[in-house]
Amino acid sequence: MTIEELEQIAKSVQQENEKYDYEVNVCMDLACASQGAERLREALLKSAEASGKKVLVRRTGCMGPCSSGPLVRVDPEETLYHHVNAENAEAIVSSLGGKPVPGLQCDLNEHFDKQVRVVLENAGYIDPEKIDDYISRDGYKALLTALTEMTPNGVIHRITESGLRGRGGGGYPTGLKWGTVAKASGEVKYVVCNGDEGDPGAFMDRSVMEGDPHRVIEGMAIAAYAVGATKGFIYVRAEYPVAVARLTAALRDARRRGLLGNGICGTTFNFDVEIRLGAGAFVCGEETALLASIEGRRGAPRPRPPYPAVSGLFGKPTLINNVETYANVAPIVRNGGKWFFNMGSERSKGTKVFALTGKIANTGLVEVPMGIKLWEIIDVIGGGVPGGHKLKAVQTGGPSGGCIPADLMGLGVSYDALMAAGSIMGSGGMIVMDDTSCMVNVARFFVEFCMTESCGKCIPCRAGTAQMYTLLTRICDGVGTMDDLDLLLELCDTVKNASLCGLGQTAPNPVLSTLKYFRNEYIEHIVHKRCPAGVCKIQYPQEVLA
Amino acid sequence: MPAFIPPPLPSDDKRWKIVNGTMRKNGFARNALIETLHTVQSSFGYLDDDAIRFVARTLRVPLSQAYGVATFYHYFSLKPPGKHTMTICAGTACYIKGSEKLVAAAAKRLGIAQGQTTKDGQISLMTARCVGACSRAPVALFDGEVVGEMTGEQMIEHLERWAVE
Repeated sequence: MTIEELEQIAKSVQQENEKYDYEVNVCMDLACASQGAERLREALLKSAEASGKKVLVRRTGCMGPCSSGPLVRVDPEETLYHHVNAENAEAIVSSLGGKPVPGLQCDLNEHFDKQVRVVLENAGYIDPEKIDDYISRDGYKALLTALTEMTPNGVIHRITESGLRGRGGGGYPTGLKWGTVAKASGEVKYVVCNGDEGDPGAFMDRSVMEGDPHRVIEGMAIAAYAVGATKGFIYVRAEYPVAVARLTAALRDARRRGLLGNGICGTTFNFDVEIRLGAGAFVCGEETALLASIEGRRGAPRPRPPYPAVSGLFGKPTLINNVETYANVAPIVRNGGKWFFNMGSERSKGTKVFALTGKIANTGLVEVPMGIKLWEIIDVIGGGVPGGHKLKAVQTGGPSGGCIPADLMGLGVSYDALMAAGSIMGSGGMIVMDDTSCMVNVARFFVEFCMTESCGKCIPCRAGTAQMYTLLTRICDGVGTMDDLDLLLELCDTVKNASLCGLGQTAPNPVLSTLKYFRNEYIEHIVHKRCPAGVCKIQYPQEVLA
Repeated sequence: MPAFIPPPLPSDDKRWKIVNGTMRKNGFARNALIETLHTVQSSFGYLDDDAIRFVARTLRVPLSQAYGVATFYHYFSLKPPGKHTMTICAGTACYIKGSEKLVAAAAKRLGIAQGQTTKDGQISLMTARCVGACSRAPVALFDGEVVGEMTGEQMIEHLERWAVE
């Protein structure tokens, strides 16, 4: 395979598509699929055939606004239809070439205008199971450019120049990490893709793996070339069967095209990827625990150093990046580091994909430039809180993050700003809460999560989260005291500073951030035995009732 | 050193061959333990003692390690599932939209706690950490099929349909 051959494939796909007058793209991501998108696609195929028009019906990955699903986009007009069901298929097909179907059109211009699509540039435009579709949108061009025109150091330099930081949540500079692995001594090195999206309330990585699997593989191959690895692993949650199937098919297709395997594209570079299934352990998102799991052991983290960059999988230097980080690699190599560097805020470059969920009108997947204000995401892209309720807080970072109160919505989204506000960027879950959510109960929910997900290796996390949970339950039940609150704070301090890995170190964040911004709710529970949101079922003590 | 001879299959149940196939594909490497347990669970529905023993012996890992792995990961189940399984997502988005109430209602209707199976072996009630369908919260899976924006009535209706089957 050469660049010319890639261009040839792209051209033939284009020629194939030109045979059709219209393209009808059907979103088949989980949210749309659960509302009958498959039946809709079959109906569209049938109607298209019956109409005699030249229509290409294509299944695509997530188009974004899941709450409007099932979604259909008609090209070249770019008409977006929402809440489409199989009965609408005929109307859509017969409207082709004329006016759009009335009443079915999706008016979400503001929702899309604020977004910048880098990671999701192909979502909604390609069939994830067709490698040629990916190639027709400049797929694998970056890999070939890197292999034939750049040195490994040149690739690392470009990534460093772009300012890309780890999208798993930590925000470690990607170029620096790659450089460390490249410099590590050893014949055998590994690259690992962390697709263990354990953060409850987040599904960005699932959408990328399902909607554009080749992008992840290409990013990994470029990384392997840069650091000198020949073998890669993608660690995916077993709870994402579609992602596993798509990745498996994508790997097979890439091998067939000679884009993986020995002597890729006539160079001396060898690289192949294996899929490893997770088995439902949040702690496996932590890199050393993830490596233990790939090795077939319990997912217990170990102290660092040595960092995986020096001694990782099977004791060899290992590069671990998140799905979204790899998904950013190909566009950076293609368009240059400067291009990426010019997007975003001062110290957080590029874009970030968020899974916008909770009490918000437009739930779904959004990709925004770093530095965008939170209110722009909530009010403009998200369409605000529905049902006349008031926004109370925005939760980012899952169980490791915190709740940002409504009056801080002027905050720009960046690693540092979110950290300063007591939360973290996280992998991209963004859950909107309104006045029907009790913040003490939310804190308890996350602590319960960390308690059950603690691997049990270190005491501060194992015992500390359990004690924190007991205290929070007491407060929720209306039997907590102010002493309990002091004890809770003290425990937070211990767990945060003494735990072995990120799970324990960040477990107190939901408690600390709610205590910082919503202390009055804790006081209401403790002193007035009242849950302002009406969530906690407090049994009134006898003397109050009497 | 003599070549390693894997132990014989526990019975002539064809599913053991599938399990053995996964191990062979991985060259009987110890690090294939989790992969193999996944195959056992997808073939048999759960991991029983015989299966764990067989896998441990074939991969030459201590039984304690195999059992440790089987119990460490939530995805593995040591009990046979019911004929039908309803899984309620307990992720954050679902929690915010009231999944706790759904779990309580289902537990009350079925007379079992989450993680259990009804006495007649008909229905298992499970919770999941997050199935990634957050935009349609609250979400439940009926035998793997995702149903979003679940209401209590819808759920009970579905359970009733299962119960009379």
